[in-house]
Amino acid sequence: MADWYTTFANSGVGTTITKQLGLPRPVELRRYEPGQPLLPGPVVVGSAGQGRLRDTVTAVLRDAGVTVQSPVTADGGTDGEKLGAVVLDATGLTGPADLAGAHDFLAPALERLRSSGRVLVLADPPAAAGSPARAAARQAVDGLVRSIAKELRGGSTANAVFVPEGAEESLAAPLRFFLSGRSAYVDGQLLTLSAADVPANPDEEKPLAGKVAVVTGAARGIGAAIAEVLSRDGAHVVAVDVPAAGEQLARVANAIGGTAVALDITAEDAGPRLVQQLVARHGGVDVVVHNAGITRDKLLVNMDAARWNSVMAVNLQAQLDITQALLDAEGALKPGARIVCVSSQSGIAGNRGQTNYAASKAGVIGMVRAWAPEFAERDATINAVAPGFIVTEMTAKMPFGTREIGSRINSLQQGGLPVDVAETIAWLSQPASAGVNGQTVRVCGQSLLGA
Amino acid sequence: MAQSQQPATRKAAIVGGNRIPFARSNSAYAQASNQDMLTATLDGLVARFGLQGESVGEVVAGAVLKHARDFNLTRESVLGSKLAATTPAYDVQQACGTGLEAAILVANKIALGQIESGIAGGVDTTSDAPLAVSEDLRRVLISLNGAKTVQERLKALARIRPGMIAPEMPRNAEPRTGLAMGDHAAITAAEWEIGREEQDELAARSHRSMAAAYDRGFFDDLVTPFLGLTRDNNLRPDSSVEKLATLKPVFGTGEGATMTAGNSTPLTDGASAVLLASDEWAEAKGLPVLAHLVDAQTAAVDYVHGGEGLLMAPVYAVPVLLARNGLTLQDFDFYEIHEAFASTVLATMKAWEDPAFCKEKLGLDAPLGSIDRSKLNVHGSSLAAGHPFAATGGRIVASLAKMLHEAGPGKRGLISICAAGGQGVVAILES
Repeated sequence: MADWYTTFANSGVGTTITKQLGLPRPVELRRYEPGQPLLPGPVVVGSAGQGRLRDTVTAVLRDAGVTVQSPVTADGGTDGEKLGAVVLDATGLTGPADLAGAHDFLAPALERLRSSGRVLVLADPPAAAGSPARAAARQAVDGLVRSIAKELRGGSTANAVFVPEGAEESLAAPLRFFLSGRSAYVDGQLLTLSAADVPANPDEEKPLAGKVAVVTGAARGIGAAIAEVLSRDGAHVVAVDVPAAGEQLARVANAIGGTAVALDITAEDAGPRLVQQLVARHGGVDVVVHNAGITRDKLLVNMDAARWNSVMAVNLQAQLDITQALLDAEGALKPGARIVCVSSQSGIAGNRGQTNYAASKAGVIGMVRAWAPEFAERDATINAVAPGFIVTEMTAKMPFGTREIGSRINSLQQGGLPVDVAETIAWLSQPASAGVNGQTVRVCGQSLLGA
Repeated sequence: MAQSQQPATRKAAIVGGNRIPFARSNSAYAQASNQDMLTATLDGLVARFGLQGESVGEVVAGAVLKHARDFNLTRESVLGSKLAATTPAYDVQQACGTGLEAAILVANKIALGQIESGIAGGVDTTSDAPLAVSEDLRRVLISLNGAKTVQERLKALARIRPGMIAPEMPRNAEPRTGLAMGDHAAITAAEWEIGREEQDELAARSHRSMAAAYDRGFFDDLVTPFLGLTRDNNLRPDSSVEKLATLKPVFGTGEGATMTAGNSTPLTDGASAVLLASDEWAEAKGLPVLAHLVDAQTAAVDYVHGGEGLLMAPVYAVPVLLARNGLTLQDFDFYEIHEAFASTVLATMKAWEDPAFCKEKLGLDAPLGSIDRSKLNVHGSSLAAGHPFAATGGRIVASLAKMLHEAGPGKRGLISICAAGGQGVVAILES
């Protein structure tokens, strides 16, 4: 489902024109489909510094049926075979000099990367590095990965995962996610893991088998895509939207064998009503996706209280209230619960005419960070996802110029799809994602905004 | 003596319901067929209770105004819905009592253990109503169809006269009296001396109560929007006695005419469905039991020769039901008396209060007495929502079951629905 420009840029005449004029050359991204192998080609795993994660990485990849090559011997591969991914274990960097190893490994490896390839750098978190030199080397990974993401073409992405000492067990699910087609539109991101008791997914094809998931704002757009993907991954989805959207909501629920709940999440009794329904009908909930959101754009000087208040009520206060109601009610949140809150690029970068929206979405980021320790105590997690330019009915109504610019100013040179946001949320919802907590993951193709 | 093979009976549970917002005739649903509306209503119910691909024991529904092509309306709607195609279905029709009668039929099969779950519903459209050709033209066309030679065909066609061409519109009139239902109700209203103002008061209260119920989210899990309509478009939240007083009477004649378009139900399109089950089925599915259908009764009156009002049959059915269940008219927490016309509700209550009527017509020693008006149609009724004939029963059963559930265990509600042909269907629900 490429957009018109992507289709044109990949046609015969379009290829010539875009190359000669130096125009963006977006490609159709490799996206996940059930049954798909984790990667379309072998992985080369290298290290800079001492590297304590190589064995973990190799084990996870071999387990997933991926051929793992060593940069020294290129064993297991054939000459000239394109790589599906390049993984650099940069843990144990002691100072800037160690970074030379990163360059030595990455430069030739990236040349062999196929389209929609993946670059993943694993490093120690820069905070509490022990010495300024160590901190410098660790922080350098940030600039390195963001720049690689900008240099890559053909739908390839680069991301970094910071793995603290003791959080090695947390690495498997993020590693699989970042290499797979599920992370197609996640680019230039830095994720920090935490130590946790990490359960295995019951089945990598159905990681949410047996789970009950609530999705708010599920009647259309990104919410409907989230409901579909969670259902595909095995969850029973309780689809929530305002009563007025009930016709669409029923259609979504019926298409995925879920349950439709018409509820205004800003109503005073919304939390208790939802809790009652979840406990009585489903014996509690495993996954909660706070997706419902509205925009009421105006420049701040022209914005009336109603616009401000309605956006805050839906986008932020309802997420707080419903989460609190679930925490307070005995048996509502099942053990190992996963909460995923939808934030926005506007919450990170700000946006003209969106003071209310951006404030509410930034608030979501603060909320998940603050709540993470309490959730960790329950072996649960709470994270946020911040979509960038996602192609929906809403963006279709934007003026042509605004829409085209909005969709091109990122490293993948195209807008994302609702399913890209949904895949990220589904990954954060997995049992094996226990070591990702309090994080905000951008799904923006490394947008220039707020980067 | 041989042991009885009669199975023990149980009370059927009402799990929940769904309806589409009701729309005045020739408005939002002008292009929708009965099958469209019933299918959408079933799908909304399926979505609410997660019944996709499930086979329920039976789906029973009907329509009052029906095209010939809709001979198997309910089964066809089931096949078009997300229910399993292995769900059996059949049609019923008892005029405005159709919806409630369907619920009684499903409940009885559940009570007997013949099915574990079932859906009762009803649908009607007066917009997409069947048109018939005139009786004379119909006879010509049938003989044309039977003609074997060209000559015979020409002979048949030659019998067509211009006057035969005009179609016969379905009319809301009693075949045996030729009177519209409203005209019948006007006769009863005059007999019982039902005043204009009390009718307008009842109508205004119905609108305001239903609007308030919508506002507090009461209908969130009872209604699923359809074709862009999110609330009943007959509903007038700002209705008042003063505004209603300005309307001219449309039924009855002369000085004493009191019935207007404001205190009579309009022609309406819509559909409703109720999910019933055994307690065990509901429990196994994690579904709620809002109330149980305790008992039901039908009655009919001779409105043609017997001097009784067309819509007065429920007045006769209720005392039978009360006696069988050892209850008085005052033993209820909620009363749902279908507002075909405001005057019908008022005449019904007046008859129950009248010692002479109760003694002579109902054969009772004492009158049934009066009803606490604050317990009557508390979330509005047909004057506000509109009245798609066969869909009204399902609307009332689901709403009353929810009201009883909200009020707590052991609460009791009475449903009374009048129907064309001088019939009435009444039932008791209990939480």
